Amino acid sequence: MNLRQFAFAAGILAALTAPAFADKTVNVLYVSNNPGQVAIWEKIAKDYEAAHPGVKVDLKSLENEAFKAKLPTMLQADESRPDLFYSWGGGVMQAQDKAGFLKDVSKDVASWESELSPTAVDAFKVDGKVVGVPFQVGEVVFYYNKKLFEKAGVKAEDIKSWDDFLGAVKKLKAAGITPLVVGAGEKWPMHFYYSYLVMRIGGEHALADAKAGKDGGFKNGTFVEAGKRLQELAALEPFQPGYLSTSHAQSAGIFGDGKAAMDLMGDWLLAMQGPNATDGKGLAPGDIGILSFPVVPGGKGQATDTLGGINGWLVSKSAPPEAVDFLKFFSQEKYAKEVAAQAAYIPVNKGSESGFTDPLFKRLADDLAKTTYHQNYFDQDLGPSVGRVINDASVAVAAGQQTPEAAAAAIQEAADQQ
Amino acid sequence: VRRYWRLVFLAAVTFAEAQPTAPAHAEPARRMSLNGWAIVVVFLPPALLLFTVFVFLPIAEAGWYGFFNWNGYGRPEKFIGLKNYGYLFANPTFTRSLINNAIIIVFSLLAQLPLALAVAVMIAGQVIGAVWFRMIFFLPYVLADVAAGVIWHFMFDGDYGLAGAVTTALGAPPYFLLADKTWAFSAVLIVVLWKYFGFHMMLYIAGLQGIDGALLEAAEMDGATPFQRFWHITLPLLGPMIRLSIFFSVIGALQLFDIIVPLTGGGPFETTNTMVSFLYFFGLTRMRIGFSSAVGVVLFIICVTFAFGYQRIVMRDD
Repeated sequence: MNLRQFAFAAGILAALTAPAFADKTVNVLYVSNNPGQVAIWEKIAKDYEAAHPGVKVDLKSLENEAFKAKLPTMLQADESRPDLFYSWGGGVMQAQDKAGFLKDVSKDVASWESELSPTAVDAFKVDGKVVGVPFQVGEVVFYYNKKLFEKAGVKAEDIKSWDDFLGAVKKLKAAGITPLVVGAGEKWPMHFYYSYLVMRIGGEHALADAKAGKDGGFKNGTFVEAGKRLQELAALEPFQPGYLSTSHAQSAGIFGDGKAAMDLMGDWLLAMQGPNATDGKGLAPGDIGILSFPVVPGGKGQATDTLGGINGWLVSKSAPPEAVDFLKFFSQEKYAKEVAAQAAYIPVNKGSESGFTDPLFKRLADDLAKTTYHQNYFDQDLGPSVGRVINDASVAVAAGQQTPEAAAAAIQEAADQQ
Repeated sequence: VRRYWRLVFLAAVTFAEAQPTAPAHAEPARRMSLNGWAIVVVFLPPALLLFTVFVFLPIAEAGWYGFFNWNGYGRPEKFIGLKNYGYLFANPTFTRSLINNAIIIVFSLLAQLPLALAVAVMIAGQVIGAVWFRMIFFLPYVLADVAAGVIWHFMFDGDYGLAGAVTTALGAPPYFLLADKTWAFSAVLIVVLWKYFGFHMMLYIAGLQGIDGALLEAAEMDGATPFQRFWHITLPLLGPMIRLSIFFSVIGALQLFDIIVPLTGGGPFETTNTMVSFLYFFGLTRMRIGFSSAVGVVLFIICVTFAFGYQRIVMRDD
């Protein structure tokens, strides 16, 4: 790979495509491989331009890894800095704020932030000040194959606790069905298990306390206990053979092929399982069910605590007032309704769950509306450095390569080195 | 990253080669005409500027960043001295990456190059279909590294891939080489062999075609066996090409990266990283720019030491 050359070429491209400065332009940089989502954004941008003559909204996209590699450089210079850019919140956003690249828009957003989910709004605050506006939330759940459950005699509604879940895994295994599929080759899919276990065992303060270094930080009982539970699951050999080298896309295909009963994943799995299946179609939506992560007996977390991404637009320090005005326009309820009707993604506007007709998305939107505590992905929340160590540790613990104690110590060590 | 390092090497190598011969050119240079000076004044600054901005400054900057705990945002401010180097050498994954690089080098020298030489000797002459064989063996080299990695990732897949088809045909349980922490690295070696052996074969074929046939003919008339002809005539005359191919092979092995990412992603359990993939996975993607710079400096020192040393000692007469 040739990062330097790529950055150079992209820089030149950005310079050449810089818009004429006769009009005001709001530059937006995003990451998305969801065509439905992009289509709606483009429509909103057009509507805004029509309603505000003289203002141009310029939507540009970058591929995920390229975005992450280029953004630090782009933010350095006024010429290349986008006015609004895509964010997952968490540690990276905090680093961007600390370096002084973000704008405090608390006052501008105050009048309309109450229309959005408070958890999502909070995810784009640093030290109490608002630096961005959320547009999307997600929930990680077990998607299950109804036919395979039926074949093994497993009833989804009976799975409430961790022990019920282990029982279901055993039953599926006995019926000759692979209970779980996971793309552990990319590591982060496995960290969903570890994260949910930490949340179910330690409750809503577990991660924040560990980050603050309370009680031995990550080495405290919660993280070690979560590792032990993960090992308990792994001991049943629930994952597809060769799971350590399976990519995320392959894992979606295996689920789509009906070769595994459950996949702990975000809502994009529904769009991915078809195209990645051998027949290109995958499972019919009616054959897919949703199961919340079970509660762990004696744990502080509740079944209604949710884990999932929160995405938003960050406002850069040199953004013109039009950029914030555009965000207000963007966050209107009518657009959220449109997003819901098309099941393009789950918008953060309050009450938008009623707009979904797709039953699977409706279930997720309902869960998120009723959430008792919503947690951003651990690897995003902690930032790339500690986040990737959590991902590594999740795989290593599940595969019996690292003890839960050693994994917790490795996470703490990464946190100390920051 | 790779292209950039290669440029550094070319520059370093050119510099090293230019030095000993400089006195010989000193005489004409002193008497350089006005026209000659004009050429220097017009053509040197752009090249010098480009070299400074895109080669020298980045190297110097990487050296500087290596002393900081820096995530790439804003200016590097947290000076931590040599701590990044401490973390680096205490990191078992880095040690493993170094060992992996060494394994690739040894494997290249002991397996890849002899095989390339053997095939080159077989198809350098007027064998039927020689052109076709050359093309077939050379094709993998033309393929993009990333594409090769993706293709082989599927080939090794125990369910859907070629590996799966083989185990099914044999009636054996599916085997996932890329998930086997003991043997996954051999997959990397297989792909490296497959991908680059054609390039070395082509070098040798070019070398073989430069050997005067009369020498071999004369030896044959004097009663030399085919082995004697190979050992005493072909091999020594191929020397410069072999030394060049070893040079490319070692530098290529040290910089191996593109194949690793799609093939194994460094896993399972970080057993298949090379130094550059370690830099990428443990530095860049974790936004530890100071730490990655330190890795880059270590890699740079190893490569430059090898490049200069090898040029000075082994390739001196070529």
